[in-house]
Amino acid sequence: MALGHSSAAWNGQALSRDGGQLAAFDPRLKLMLSIGFALAVVLVESTALKALFAVVGLSLCVIAGIPRAKLLRRIAALEGFMVLMVLLLPFTVPGPTLFSVGGLHASWTGLHQGVDILLTATAVVAGLMALVGSLPANVLGQTLASFGVPERLVALLMLTVRYLDVVGGEYRRMRNSMRARAFVAGTNRHTWRSVGHLVGMGLLRSIDRAERVTDAMRCRGFDGRYPILYPFRWQLHDTVAALASALVLIGVVMWSMP
Amino acid sequence: MHVVDGVLSAPVLLAGAGVALAGTAVGLRTLDHRNLPVTGVLSATFFVASLIHVPLGPSSVHLVLNGLLGLLLGWLAFPAVLVAAALQAVFFGYGGLFVLGVNVANVALPAVLLGALLRPWIWREGALGTGCAFTLGAGSVLATSLLVALSLAFSGEAFWVAAKLTVLSHLPVALIEGFLCVAALALVRRVRPGFLAEAWQS
Repeated sequence: MALGHSSAAWNGQALSRDGGQLAAFDPRLKLMLSIGFALAVVLVESTALKALFAVVGLSLCVIAGIPRAKLLRRIAALEGFMVLMVLLLPFTVPGPTLFSVGGLHASWTGLHQGVDILLTATAVVAGLMALVGSLPANVLGQTLASFGVPERLVALLMLTVRYLDVVGGEYRRMRNSMRARAFVAGTNRHTWRSVGHLVGMGLLRSIDRAERVTDAMRCRGFDGRYPILYPFRWQLHDTVAALASALVLIGVVMWSMP
Repeated sequence: MHVVDGVLSAPVLLAGAGVALAGTAVGLRTLDHRNLPVTGVLSATFFVASLIHVPLGPSSVHLVLNGLLGLLLGWLAFPAVLVAAALQAVFFGYGGLFVLGVNVANVALPAVLLGALLRPWIWREGALGTGCAFTLGAGSVLATSLLVALSLAFSGEAFWVAAKLTVLSHLPVALIEGFLCVAALALVRRVRPGFLAEAWQS
C-alpha cells in the first residue's frame, strides 16, 4: 500500500517545469500537435507505421526531458487487464493458426491485432506526455482556455494540480502515523476498516482545507476565474513547425489509405 | 480501470464522449466560486486514492472511491473525474486521448446515480445506513467494471472473454471498496456529526 512509482513522478509536475528542448515552442502548437499526432496514429492501419509513430512519440518524450527510467515505468504501467486482453486476443480472434495449446488455437490475426493495440496506446500516450505533459500546469490551463474550454473547468484543473501535492502529503503523514503504530496492511477486515478510516479522515481534512482555501480566495476577490498571466508568443518557428508536422502527418495518413 | 486507445470502436467512443460531455455540462452549471475549491480538492483526493494500493492475497488492488465522490459531489463528480482522468493521461500515461470520454463516463455515471439514489438513507444509524454505504462502495466499482465490459463487448466479439474477465477480476475489488466505504462513512459520522449541515454542500 504505497503511492509507489507515482509519488516520485508528480514531484516534477509542480507549477513550474522545464519543457526540455520543446520548451521553445508555443503551447498552443503543442496541444494541437498532440491531438493531430494521436489522430494520425489511430487512422493509419499498417503496423509498421504505428510502430514508427510509437518510436517518434517515445523520442519526443526523451527530447522533452522526461527521464528515461520514469518513461519506461509509465509505459509499463498499462493496467493489468489491458495486457491480459492483448494476450487473450490471439485466442479469441479467428484466423490462421500460430500455435495451439491443449486444443486452444492462437491466431496470427489476433496477435497482429494485439500488437496494433499496444503500439497505438503507447504512441498516443507518449505523444501526450511529451507535448502536453511537459507544460507547466498553469500554462496548460491557459492553453486549454484559449481553445474554448470553459473557464471554470480550467480553474478546476489548476486547483486540482495545486492540491495533488498537498493531499498526497496529507496521505503520507497519516500513513506514516499508522506505520508508527505498527499497522501492517493485509487481506483482512482490520486492514479495510483502518484504510476506510484513513480515507474518511482524508476526506474530512480535504473538505476543511477547501473551506479555508475558499475563504482565502474570496478575501482576494476570486470570482471563479483565474487571471491570464502567461503571455503566448506565436513565432516564426511555430508556424514552420505547425506546417511541417501537418504536412507530414496528413501525408502519412493519406499514403497509408488504400 | 482505464481503457487505452486503439481498442474501442468509434460508436462506443462517441457514446462515451457524449455521456461525459453531457455530465460535465450539467456539473459545470452548478460549479461556481464557492464550491470550486472543494471540488478541486476532492478531485485531487480521488486522484491520490487511485494510487493507494491495498493488498489482495499475493497481489494488490488500487482504490477507486468513485462512489464516495458521487455521494459528496453529485453531478460535480463528472468535471472532477474528467480533470483527474485528463491529468492521469497527460502526466502518468494512464488511459489515452480518444478514450477519455469513455473512461470518464464509466467511472462518473455509476457514482452520480448511486450517490443520488442512496443519499437519503446513507447517513442513518444502524443496518440501513451500513447497507447503503456498502452498496455505494461496492456497487459503484461493480457498475464501473460492467460499463468497461460493455464498452469492450460492443467493440467486437474478440473482446467478449476480456469483458467477462474484467467483471470477474473486479468482484474482490468491489467487496473491498464496500467495506472501506462503510468504515469511511462511519468515521465521518462519528467525527463530524454535523457533516450533512455543512455549508459547502448547498
